[in-house]
Amino acid sequence: MSDVEIVVDPGPGSFSRRSFIKGVVAAGAAVSSTSYLFRATSVFAVAPSARGSVARLITLRVNGQDRRVDVMPQETLAMTLRYKLGLTGTKLGCDRAECGACTVLLDGVPHYGCSMLTHMVRGRAVTTIEGLAAESGELHPVQRAVIDEGGFQCAFCAPGFIMSTVALLDENPSPSREEAAHVLSGNLCRCGDYSRILDSVVRAAEYMRRVS
Amino acid sequence: MAEKLIGQDIAPPDLETKVTGRARFAEDFRAEGMVFAKLLLSPMPHARVRRIDASRALRMPGVLGILTADDLPDPEPPSERPLTNEPLYVGEPILALAAVDETTAADAIEQIEVDLETLPFVLDPLESLRPSGPNARLEGNTFVDGEVTTVKWTEADYAAAGEDELPMGEYTSDWSIGDLDAGFAEADLVLEETVVHQSLTHHPLEPRSCMAYWQNGKLHLFGSTQSTARTHSALADMLDLELDDVVFVGQYCGGGFGSKIAGSPIMAVPALLSRTLGRPVMLRITRYEENYIGRARPAQQARIRMGWRKDGKVTAIDLYMVQDHGPYGSSGDHQAASAIASLMYQPHAMRFRGVSIYTNTPPRSAQRQPGGGQIAPMLEPLMDKAARELGIDRVEMRRVNAPDHDSTFGPGESKLTTAYVREAIDIGAERFGWSEKTRLSGRRDGTKLTGIGVGLSAFVGGSFGYDGLVVIRPDGDLYIHQGTGNLGTHSFADTARAAADVLGMPWDRCHVIWGDTAEHLPWSSYQAGSQTAHAHSRANHAAGNDAKRKLQEIAARDLGGSPEAYETGDGRVFRRSNPTQGMSFAQAARRAIELGGAYSGQELPDDIHEMTVASAQGLAGRGLIGVAKDNYTRENGPWSFMMGFALVEVDAETGEVEIKEYTGVADCGTVLHPRGVAAQIHGGAVQGFGMARSQKWVFDPKWGVPFAYRLYTARPPGILDGPLTMDWAAVSEPDPQNPVGAKGIGEPPLGAGAAAITSAIADALGGTCLCRTPLTTDVILAELEGREQPYAKLDTHV
Repeated sequence: MSDVEIVVDPGPGSFSRRSFIKGVVAAGAAVSSTSYLFRATSVFAVAPSARGSVARLITLRVNGQDRRVDVMPQETLAMTLRYKLGLTGTKLGCDRAECGACTVLLDGVPHYGCSMLTHMVRGRAVTTIEGLAAESGELHPVQRAVIDEGGFQCAFCAPGFIMSTVALLDENPSPSREEAAHVLSGNLCRCGDYSRILDSVVRAAEYMRRVS
Repeated sequence: MAEKLIGQDIAPPDLETKVTGRARFAEDFRAEGMVFAKLLLSPMPHARVRRIDASRALRMPGVLGILTADDLPDPEPPSERPLTNEPLYVGEPILALAAVDETTAADAIEQIEVDLETLPFVLDPLESLRPSGPNARLEGNTFVDGEVTTVKWTEADYAAAGEDELPMGEYTSDWSIGDLDAGFAEADLVLEETVVHQSLTHHPLEPRSCMAYWQNGKLHLFGSTQSTARTHSALADMLDLELDDVVFVGQYCGGGFGSKIAGSPIMAVPALLSRTLGRPVMLRITRYEENYIGRARPAQQARIRMGWRKDGKVTAIDLYMVQDHGPYGSSGDHQAASAIASLMYQPHAMRFRGVSIYTNTPPRSAQRQPGGGQIAPMLEPLMDKAARELGIDRVEMRRVNAPDHDSTFGPGESKLTTAYVREAIDIGAERFGWSEKTRLSGRRDGTKLTGIGVGLSAFVGGSFGYDGLVVIRPDGDLYIHQGTGNLGTHSFADTARAAADVLGMPWDRCHVIWGDTAEHLPWSSYQAGSQTAHAHSRANHAAGNDAKRKLQEIAARDLGGSPEAYETGDGRVFRRSNPTQGMSFAQAARRAIELGGAYSGQELPDDIHEMTVASAQGLAGRGLIGVAKDNYTRENGPWSFMMGFALVEVDAETGEVEIKEYTGVADCGTVLHPRGVAAQIHGGAVQGFGMARSQKWVFDPKWGVPFAYRLYTARPPGILDGPLTMDWAAVSEPDPQNPVGAKGIGEPPLGAGAAAITSAIADALGGTCLCRTPLTTDVILAELEGREQPYAKLDTHV
């Protein structure tokens, strides 16, 4: 047991779990880490405490489906996908546009889901990793190529890399390894599996040329 | 009979879930009524919490409660409590608050007042060692013989060293072998250098988020870990629960690299908050928080004196290391580094002395190749420098000193199973084209200077004595239960094939069960320190053999003859002399259930771990059970080796370094899974590139506050920071102490990658050892332009 005073009730005769230490109290400062925040409007329907924001019901076009969802003004696309639409394949690795694990396609163009407000993507086609395979379950050629290369190690970065690769091959069906590396340089793989990621890109390009 | 699975390229069974986004990592789990926790982190490097006023926060709508250090078990110093009343580094969690959503929790955290009394802090071990230097902990500045104590050096120690050499005062750990004076007397060349190795955060891509709830008195915790069985037991220990009362789920782990060996202390926060609140609690860890609580590699400041004979043989090493190991626990990285130096170069005599000092910087832990990762990039440029002075080819220099099967090393004169180091060197030199490429050494083409480097590296390649557990179910398939984790090495699947091969079972009829302790998992090694490939190919081989023996006995009992007359393969047990006579595994499994006893897991061996007993009991009666402890021979250490070769171009005008080529060759015993080994060799090397070139910490020395706390400031390597293709090979000679010949290879690639780069950069600079990592652009440019270095020789966290 420590002698830290912990105040949980401010009323008179307040309950304190510890005896109060008398003396000069230095002004305390606290650091908290407020990032990629999420307010669950649909779960908790009271007035928000501090930020004065209210949710609006909007329609998002995600993986070919119209999805109706309550969205706060400050809500990021990654949070909406993960916590309101159940699409947890989009990963959060850094929450600040540093790692690319949350990469999704907006009208076919890769974007960091952590750095897009959900309100900004209304009317745009959002594609996530869950939307790549055909309805029949047949994998996208990029997914097939990764499996055939035995690719990725921990694979936490894989959804982001795969989405960036899909966009790359859409634009450039036969990229060199160097071109591919430049396009994929917004995605980080901490396992350092880059050589094999490029092998997978080359193989995926072959598969896609065969299909088209 | 099926072809052997060991040695084939087989994609891991979880890969489709990973590429479709269906793989559930810790933060992907949801539970009915789930609420969110946020942490309040210390803004000061060392302070005492005097008062916490959470009243305003707790009045806010949606706020459910707080958890403080007083709610957690209080371990003996220097162990760490996940929440603290005496923060020992900026970013250490003081309390956690739960609310209905994360924004409300974060808003509420801002409303909490914490009064902190500032306490003395220190960032650099050399400051703490000064006669009146501050201690990072109130109890002292080092951990010796199970106690926190204080070690200080004298002014004379500092004066004797001068500004640019490491002082060598009182040490707390030492060993020596051979006659050091004789070793140096024998030397034709002696070099002495002060070398600084940085601290660096692990930064796995998945932060250590976790979610917990309680159901019927049991804790269900979803977290990120390297080792499933070990996290299960660590959670039970930490929270003082029975093993049976904890269900741990961690099927996927988004990287650990030593930072999530048995989960994370912070897992206690959602576990306890959810018990208090009666609701599931998700604690999402941000990258910012991960930087603080996510562990880091201990820094080392070293003084190295080394002697060589004319022929390149290392005669003596005298190594003094000061280690920065953060504020908690103890670290043996410096001792491991010394033992590995003695292994890699086989000096006739060696002395090690060292101290490991607490600092008010984030906590350390093992980071991929602990100790070995630091020593290789420190020593290899010195080997190069000596080779140049003696006029010996640098690869020949490694051959001359390479350990072989009969070598001993370290304070205990430890023995090896095998050491195919010369073979790895020769294969690598051939593949890389060493003899042609050395002609490019130091060549200038426009602004580009070419550097060629080599890096030798070693680490222990496995442990032993764990359990294997397999079931042949009435569907006739083989279910291999694995208590190891799934951190991306694919070894949870690769080692399972040892059991499949014993039984001759095709892989499409094998199912690996892992990552959920409700699924009856056996006791397992830590999935760390390159242990798993060796330890669990042994354990699964043992369990496979047990299943095979039972199949043979059942066949003999029902079909006649002796058990030895029967063989297994392709899902059948059959008579060797007449393969048409036999029974399917499905039939045998049903017979095992009918027969009971040991056949179906009703009777168990008496030497298996209690966790395996419980798991086998859970599976009893469901099929033919193969369960055994690995009792295979273990006499000498199965060490693995890695030789790296690199070609870099240093831009003489900008100091920028481009790593153009890399070849890594492993001595890892039999290759279990070629693509898996390639991934370890290349991925480890890339992490080594980051250590050699870019990753570091920067602290404000006045306030003890870090500046490099995110990915873009900590600078792990990206896809453009290495070669576009990387080469690899393996000697592929079996380890005699492993039934399939395997040694682990997770660790050595990192040190080899880092060392090949420090060696290559020194080569591009005409043989100058800058004796520091990381070799950032500013350091290289200062050298190229003949300016004073931006940092003092011994500076750390800059």
